[in-house]
Amino acid sequence: MKIALFTPCKITKTVQPTEENIQYAITANNLTKEFGDFIAVDHISFNIKQGEIFGFLGANGAGKTTAMRMLCGLSKPSSGEATVAGFDVSTQPESIKKNIGYMSQKFSLYEDLTVMENIRFYAGIYGLSDKDIKEKSAHLLQHLHLDHEKNKLVGSLPLGWKQKLSFSIALIHEPKIVFLDEPTGGVDPLTRREFWEMIYAASQRGTTLFVTTHYMDEAEYCHRVSIMVDGRIAALGTPAELKKQFDAESMSDVFLQLARQATRQAD
Amino acid sequence: MRSLKFLLQKEFRQIFRNPAILRMIFIMPVIQLIVLPLVANYEIRNVNIHVIDHDHSMYSRELIRKVTAGGTFQLQGYSSDYKEALLDVEHDKSDLILEIPHGFEKQLVRESEAPLFIAVNAINGARANLGAAYLNTILRDYNQEIRTQWIQFPKFDEIPRVEVISNYWYNTHQSYTLFMVPGIMVVLLTMVGSFLTALNIVKEKEVGTIEQINVTPIRKHHFILGKLIPFWVLGLFVLTLGLLVGRVIYGIVPLGNIGLIYLFAAIYLPAILGLGLLVSNISQTQQQAMLLSFFLMMIFILMGGLYTSIDSMPHWAQVVTWFNPVTYFIEVMRMVVIKGSSFNDIKGHLGVIALFAVVLNTWAVVSYRKRS
Repeated sequence: MKIALFTPCKITKTVQPTEENIQYAITANNLTKEFGDFIAVDHISFNIKQGEIFGFLGANGAGKTTAMRMLCGLSKPSSGEATVAGFDVSTQPESIKKNIGYMSQKFSLYEDLTVMENIRFYAGIYGLSDKDIKEKSAHLLQHLHLDHEKNKLVGSLPLGWKQKLSFSIALIHEPKIVFLDEPTGGVDPLTRREFWEMIYAASQRGTTLFVTTHYMDEAEYCHRVSIMVDGRIAALGTPAELKKQFDAESMSDVFLQLARQATRQAD
Repeated sequence: MRSLKFLLQKEFRQIFRNPAILRMIFIMPVIQLIVLPLVANYEIRNVNIHVIDHDHSMYSRELIRKVTAGGTFQLQGYSSDYKEALLDVEHDKSDLILEIPHGFEKQLVRESEAPLFIAVNAINGARANLGAAYLNTILRDYNQEIRTQWIQFPKFDEIPRVEVISNYWYNTHQSYTLFMVPGIMVVLLTMVGSFLTALNIVKEKEVGTIEQINVTPIRKHHFILGKLIPFWVLGLFVLTLGLLVGRVIYGIVPLGNIGLIYLFAAIYLPAILGLGLLVSNISQTQQQAMLLSFFLMMIFILMGGLYTSIDSMPHWAQVVTWFNPVTYFIEVMRMVVIKGSSFNDIKGHLGVIALFAVVLNTWAVVSYRKRS
């Protein structure tokens, strides 16, 4: 497996709308989400470069999913700003949606449709032409070795296959950025490895990947990692930098040191 | 528009793959149309009567024969003891007690007048009232008979009498099924439409697929149309099935133009589907959606004039029925099926229901959020 390391970029306090920002796939500046008195996401800021694999870590209830939902245009920020593919999350959520792929931790394909029907449906609603749908689905099925299963209901596939299919479908319209919310939860180690190979392949094609995970070995595969504690970003950098900073042997140690500081109840 | 095509394709596939939905569409309407009109019937039959005969005379026997001959009353008990009769009522065996006092015949002949005693078990109010009324009619007839027997060859009727001749229009035979079946069809259409739409969308919420839809650039109104159109088609199918069952089993052929029923249904269905959408917007789980739909449906049906006449409701309840779409369709159904009404007769109803459709769907589209 080839891992291309990116140079870490500094967290800039303010994001000015300059030419420089356009090369960032995602920028967040003091992005905040409050539910009443509860601050789920508390002034988080980061910039993610195009093609980067960005690991978004944190204990349950730290605010990862809420932050991700804001970036996908599913949830309106309470304050702060963020851009995804150059569009503002507060004002242009529908433009963002054309440029992103999303795979949620809840399995999100239709179990009562076949593999082929799911591919066709998602390709269709992203506006792909019939010719594109045909070509892409053929390529996808071949790549995932699902040729013989294409007329089977998705509900009958093993979880690992479903997750790989789900990821491939999230990529079918060639989005600039893909959000993966715990994509490998409950998946066996071999499939996880294959899954990460798919992530690397996408990254090498220039796709930016924003991944949440609870597996610390996966955190090591990311170009850069941020760790959220109680709605704030407690650490951000390459895995090597973070290990050095916290004087830890592995990402797991880094995570445990930070997660233990949490005062918020996990859900 | 292209995404609508894919949405419709997906919905139809899912519907035809779901045996529960297919059962709800095909079997439920047929069973309900067969069972409900038979059960929801206000014609009183088999009223159990207990006769206490203290007289044992020719006249008393003649009276009992007359009461039991019509088929409405079943002679449940015959005794000469009131206590025994009361026990029968207490055990719910008898609905009515008819007591013929001692010396009934003698008094009738001598004084041309004799008292009778009727006791009614009023727990089932409708049954008791109608039973007592029937019994009174029979007694009046009996009275009349005795009088004609006594007054031989009446050349001139000395007592002037007003005779009432009733003529029942539209439903000449006062058939209960002709009254109920069109109404039940409306209820079925309403249930299938609102339940299926609400449950369908809430299921996507529960499973999590709606989130996937919400991150796509799908337009809100395309998504909603994609949900409405399949159930609109299914609703019209259920109506057709209902009309067929009505025709085959009950021999009901609409007197008016059947096209009017379809025209009304075509506008009524979007209103009901819009309601289902609203329910699904509010509900997070299928359970919530089911309970909310059920609550609304109970009110709609009870206040829609299916079982009880709206004219005999208190004024405030009549006002409530104006906001009940079911009321309008039941009325139109009965007008077209029983009375043979034309487009001009129902255009007012049509206008109101179109307004319902516009308001409910606008509300549903506005309240449907792709983001929180």
